[in-house]
Amino acid sequence: MRIAVCLKQIIDPELPASQFKIDPALKRQQPDGHPLVVSPYDENALEVALKLKAETNGRVAVLSVGEAAAVSALRKGLAMGADEAALISDPVLEGADAFGIGIALARGIQKLGAFDCVLCGCESGDWADRTVGPIVAEVLGFPCVSFVTQVGRHGDRLRLQRVVEDGIEIWEGSPPLALTILSHESNVPRYPKVKDIMAASRKPVPTWSAADLGLEVQQVGRAAFRTEVQELTLPSRESRCEMLNGGPDEQAAALVARLRERKVL
Amino acid sequence: MAAILALARIDNGAPSRSSLELLGGARRLGGGRTDPLCAAVLGPGDAGALYRYGVATVYRADDPLLKDYQADCYLQALVRIAEAAKPRFLLLAGDSVGRDLAARLAFRLGAGIVTDVIDITPDGSGAVPRFTRPAYGGKATAVIVPRTFPVVLTLKPRTFDPAQAAGAGQGQEVRVEVALEPGQARVRLVERAQEQSTGVKLEDARTVISGGRGLGGPEGFTLLTELARVLKGAVGASRAATDAGWVPSSMQVGQTGKTVSPDLYIAVGISGATQHVAGITGAKTIVAINADPEAPIFKVAHLGIVGDYKMILPPVIAKCREALGA
Repeated sequence: MRIAVCLKQIIDPELPASQFKIDPALKRQQPDGHPLVVSPYDENALEVALKLKAETNGRVAVLSVGEAAAVSALRKGLAMGADEAALISDPVLEGADAFGIGIALARGIQKLGAFDCVLCGCESGDWADRTVGPIVAEVLGFPCVSFVTQVGRHGDRLRLQRVVEDGIEIWEGSPPLALTILSHESNVPRYPKVKDIMAASRKPVPTWSAADLGLEVQQVGRAAFRTEVQELTLPSRESRCEMLNGGPDEQAAALVARLRERKVL
Repeated sequence: MAAILALARIDNGAPSRSSLELLGGARRLGGGRTDPLCAAVLGPGDAGALYRYGVATVYRADDPLLKDYQADCYLQALVRIAEAAKPRFLLLAGDSVGRDLAARLAFRLGAGIVTDVIDITPDGSGAVPRFTRPAYGGKATAVIVPRTFPVVLTLKPRTFDPAQAAGAGQGQEVRVEVALEPGQARVRLVERAQEQSTGVKLEDARTVISGGRGLGGPEGFTLLTELARVLKGAVGASRAATDAGWVPSSMQVGQTGKTVSPDLYIAVGISGATQHVAGITGAKTIVAINADPEAPIFKVAHLGIVGDYKMILPPVIAKCREALGA
C-alpha cells in the first residue's frame, strides 16, 4: 500500500503566550528565531501511516509546502520511517490560502505517483482551519474521512475509527482514501533513532516549484484568495487570578466561599 | 437579496441545539438587513418547526441514502440545494458533521471558507460582514473578510445564542431532487459506539471539572468524578489526558475536543496549553488547581490554588457537600 502524508512546518505552538508576537504587516506570528516543528497532528498522521506501512508492507511518502527550511520537517518524517519526501516551495505559494496549498499538495502527490491513502493532520497547530486535508481529497477525487484515530486493513478495505461528539464510529472504505488524523493513545508519534536521523539527513529531497507542478499563479497565489485576514490581534491578557493561599483546608474553605459569592455554587 | 442557508438537523420534530445556534448566528450576517433565511434539511422528518425560528424557506432533499450522515451523499445533496437556493452564506455547525463537510463543500461550490467563527460583525458600510475566529490556538484573534461569494462558515459550538421561537411562523418547503445511487457512498458506517454517559452531558453541564497531565494517571479522575457528582457537573479532560488513554477522547475539552461554556470550570492538573484554553473561553468562572505556580492556566483562571490536588480536592469535596447539604 502506498501512503502519502502531508506535513506542515510551524513555529512551535507550545511556546508560552508571552513569547508570541504578531507581524502586523503580514498578519501572522513573527518567527523571531523560535524553533520550527512538525505540526502536532501531522506527526500523528505519519505515525498512523507508518503503522499501516508495517501492516501492508507498504511505502510512505511525506510532502510539505513551505519555505526551504521546511525540508527539516520532511527529514524528520524520513527519520521516523518515511521512504521518500518532496518539498513544494515557491514564492508564489507564500501565504497561499488553504485552496492554494491543497491544490499544490495534491499535484505533488500526483507527481510522486499513485497512492492508496493520503493522510493529513486534522488541523494545523497554528491556524487550525481544518481545510487543507479535505481540499487535497477533493482535488484528487478521493473520499475523505476526518478525525480518524486508527486505520487497519480489513480484507481489501480499510477500517477506520473516527471520533465524534458522543463516542466513536467505525467506517470502512476501499482505497483510495483521504483521511485527517486526530491524536490518540494509539498514534503517539515515535521518536526517530539517532542512526535513522543520520540516514535521513543524507537522503535526497527534491524541491518542486509551482511551475514544476503545472500550477499557475492565478490559481494558487494572492489573486485566488477567497478570504483575507484583515486583522490579527492579541486578546487582552490581564491576569485576574486571585490566588487562594494557606493549607489545603483553608484553601478549600476560601474556594467554597468565593464560589458562593460568585453564585456558582 | 441573496439568501443565508443553514444546514439544520431535526431531532424528533424539533431543531437541534446546534441548528438553533446557526439560526441565531445567521441573524448577525445581514448587518441589520433581513436577508431571507433558508434552511437545508436532509432526509426525512417534519421541518415545520423551523418556521417559528425565522426560517422562510426549507430546502429539503430526501432520499433513503440521506437518513444517516454520509459525507459523499450529504455533499451531493448540499451542492444541489446550494444551486437552488443560491446562498451568499452557507452555515454549518462546527461539529463532527459540519467540520467534515465544510471544506469539501466550499471546494465544490468554488466558495470561500471561514471555520470556527466566534463572532460576526458588519463592516463600516454594513455590506460585508467580518468574521472573528481564534488563531494560533487562541493566542491571537483573527478577523477574516470574504473576497468572493458564496462563503461557507462553520460556527464554533456553544458560542452563538440559539434563535428563539417567535409566533406561529410560516414558510415554504422546496423539495430538491438529488437522485443518489448507493455506489456514490464511497465510505460506509459499520458501527457506532456511544460512550456510556453517566450524568450530565459535558457540553450542557453548568459545572465542568477537568483533569490533565498533572493528575499523573487515570486514577486521579476518581476524585474529579466524586466532585462532579457533588456539584452535579460533568468531567472533562485535556488532550494530554485523553492522548495518554486515561479517559476516552469524547471527554476532551479544547480546540480539537469539545467547547464548553459552563458557569463554573475547574481545571485540575491542567497546565493551560492554548489548545485547551481555546475550549473554555466561554466559562464564566474558571478555577485552576495546579502544583506549578507558573502554569499558564493561572493566566486565564479567576481563582487559583497552587498545590497537590490529592491534598486539596478531598477538603473541597467535603466543604462543597456541606455547603450544598448534599
